Amino acid sequence: MIEPLFSKDISGCAIVGIINTKGKPIKGDVITEAISVMHERSNGLGGGFAAYGIYPEYKEYYAFHIMFLDEGIKESVEAYLQEKMVLVKSEDIPIRKKMSFLNTPILWRYFLEVPQSKLTPKITEEDYVVSIVMNINKRFKGAFVFSSGKNMGVFKGVGYPEDISRFYRLEEYEGYLWTAHGRFPTNTPGWWGGAHPFALLDWSVVHNGEISSYGINKRYVETFGYECSLLTDTEVIVCLLDLMIRRHRLPIDIALNALAPPFWSEIDSMEKNMREALTALRIVYGSALLNGPFSIIIANSESMIGLTDRIMLRPFVAAKKDDFVYMASEEAAIREICPEPDAVWSPKGGEPVVARLEVQI
Amino acid sequence: MNFSYPEFLVKVSENCIKCRRCIKECSFGVFSWDGEKIKINHEKCVACHRCAACCPASAITILKYPVSFKENHLWTEEILRDIKKQADTGGKILTGCGNDKPYPVLWDKMLIDACQVTNPSIDPLREPMELRTYLGKKPEKLEFWHDKSGEIKLTTVMEPQIKLETPVIFAGMSYGAVSLNVHLILARAAKELGTIMNTGEGGLPQELLPYKDHIVVQIASGRFGVNLEYLNSCAAIEIKIGQGAKPGIGGHLPGEKVTEEISRTRMIPAGTDAISPAPHHDIYSIEDLRQLIYAIKEATRYRKPVGVKIAAVHNVAAIASGVVRAGADIITIDGFRGGTGASPKVIRDHAGLPIEIALARVDEQLRKEGIRHLASIVASGGIRSSADVLKAIALGADAVAIGTAALIALGCHLCQKCYTGLCAWGITTQKPELTRRLNVEEGALRVTNLVKAWNLEIKEILGALGINSIESLRGNRERLRGIDLDEVYLDVLGIKPAGR
Ligand code: SF4
Ligand code: SF4
Repeated sequence: MIEPLFSKDISGCAIVGIINTKGKPIKGDVITEAISVMHERSNGLGGGFAAYGIYPEYKEYYAFHIMFLDEGIKESVEAYLQEKMVLVKSEDIPIRKKMSFLNTPILWRYFLEVPQSKLTPKITEEDYVVSIVMNINKRFKGAFVFSSGKNMGVFKGVGYPEDISRFYRLEEYEGYLWTAHGRFPTNTPGWWGGAHPFALLDWSVVHNGEISSYGINKRYVETFGYECSLLTDTEVIVCLLDLMIRRHRLPIDIALNALAPPFWSEIDSMEKNMREALTALRIVYGSALLNGPFSIIIANSESMIGLTDRIMLRPFVAAKKDDFVYMASEEAAIREICPEPDAVWSPKGGEPVVARLEVQI
Repeated sequence: MNFSYPEFLVKVSENCIKCRRCIKECSFGVFSWDGEKIKINHEKCVACHRCAACCPASAITILKYPVSFKENHLWTEEILRDIKKQADTGGKILTGCGNDKPYPVLWDKMLIDACQVTNPSIDPLREPMELRTYLGKKPEKLEFWHDKSGEIKLTTVMEPQIKLETPVIFAGMSYGAVSLNVHLILARAAKELGTIMNTGEGGLPQELLPYKDHIVVQIASGRFGVNLEYLNSCAAIEIKIGQGAKPGIGGHLPGEKVTEEISRTRMIPAGTDAISPAPHHDIYSIEDLRQLIYAIKEATRYRKPVGVKIAAVHNVAAIASGVVRAGADIITIDGFRGGTGASPKVIRDHAGLPIEIALARVDEQLRKEGIRHLASIVASGGIRSSADVLKAIALGADAVAIGTAALIALGCHLCQKCYTGLCAWGITTQKPELTRRLNVEEGALRVTNLVKAWNLEIKEILGALGINSIESLRGNRERLRGIDLDEVYLDVLGIKPAGR
């Protein structure tokens, strides 16, 4: 069995994301084409995709994508899920069985409902789901939840992203928002759970970079009951977003500012309201600042957000065409699927690019 | 018969030009003039090096007194001397400065990380490096009002914060223990550096009022100089419960040090002993502390942070948690290496905990209880360099306080004779002919230089860590590794061993 024995991710990577802001479906092969252009940025040790809007007929239910290292652990996790949740449907995730990868696990998906009896005024449905996910990841050795949101899912593994896409038959899925990741790890073993995206509820993150502040980001979210169990530092971003946006209800722009805030010298010269807001934000959420080189694409059911570190130490390009917004590590990846965008730009360090869904899905 | 030997041997070489300056400079009375040459009383020398530094002919050398004791690891020279001294006097042995015993210095057993290849380091000459630090109580979360147009307004009311432009502040040292010039120097340096100095427990000399926004006033068990004006002439107020050099022990400023000026700031009659009782006689448990904290908050209309300083003792984590729950906005933890103007030697050398351990435990405990945001942590007691500052911040401190290091910048040679009131460097004395030796302008420049130099080094190391803001190092123990530490130490410090 492959043991996750590492606590910090050291890797260079490729990331890409597409959203149709009118909610029109996009096939899985589109994003695959884009990410495969950046083949050189990965080394075959990790590739993955997050897809939104892929389970319209089950959109009321939490879709859990889970990997298991063996049947035994699958049985115990299923028993646990039976006890804690209402199981609506359980099936294997369709794959091309003939394709072979390192350490391919058992891949299964579950559509689940939260029994109302489990909720109290203090514990919301989402808190409950988060605790279930954390529990499985932490206490069931050999099981790992890839994703746990509604009407979305994460597909990932140890391989080049284009191969992972074929393996999962992604050309058969349609979604309005896709993100993808190709990984170049320098020191993690081939563990499928360690590939990106990382997801919790409907948040997902693909990340190119290394978090120099990881130690404190992790200790910070731990004080709020999150448990970082993984091989990589990326999951801490997901926890930070969940904490700030869902639990603390910070406006998204403010939460992004906590991750990559303006420098004090800029804040000091802002107009009063903004200055006070950002000063307090840095004072209170200083431990959420992500330091070190990164570019990330964050997604949830309503939006796709691109962000780089404050001094832009990793590449990031955004583009627009009609209802589509694209984000990627390299412009070439965008041009591959959208040869003539209306606009292409490289945002400033720390300045988020936010693309919101304009319709209700 | 005298059983004691001198500790030091003072030699005046043939280069002596007989200017007799050393006679004036040595406040301990080592030198005198016998009509022809300098006469030396070795017995009195404390090795403060004032004479050697001032001798225009470089004629003076100070040596360890060359009597060899028969080697003995149990009955060391120091123990023999102490026994003889006590047999001579029947008194407890007093001393100044911090614990000088060879306990492990854990700072020197922690190594800092740096970036290579996968993560670029940052050049502090090209990119901004932020050291700004805020001390005070933080809310767990913030609330904002915002509208569609992007207008945003903070609706959470923030508790008062002290803004620092460096994570280094000056530790409490009282007027009385140190001279007015030391206070003026630290106040000026604090203003110049954008940081704070701490009056210690001796009240606030009027001369410091222009610097009040950079001053923390202290309330200790003697309650010297405390009135409403005092509480409102500062950036913050600190209740001093304990001090690392003498946990559990009060203070005693002998009547001869209580000059007219000191009597005024301490609000006691001149010439009387200034006694700080061991406990605060109105604080016999944690709820009493809470009452005092809130009494001060009321008196200052909740406009200033109220801190509490405690000595690092065995149960420090639980005590700190109680202090924070009692309402302290800042908690200062003073390790057993912390300095003192006067302390019984037996306490200084044997009581308390290293700050490294106390800090690591307190930060972890407060996080475990989910109350870390309720108070800032200041670590003090033996911080010697920018490397110590960085390691303290990585362990979890918001800021560190320095006392001894600042005094060394002013000339202190750690002779440990502060309690005599004879400090030849004009630091821990009230004698005008000695305090005059400390030039305020020059002293302020030296202390400012010291902290500026540390700031530069801190920025350099942050850059090497790939970090451009101090808050990303705060509590980031992932960037520290222990060397030569066993598992228990590593566990207590919450760091991994080198190689992992
Ligand atoms: S000035 Fe200091 S070092 Fe020199 S003789 Fe006097 S006590 Fe000794
Ligand atoms: S302050 Fe003065 S008396 Fe005290 S150790 Fe330093 S030099 Fe000696």
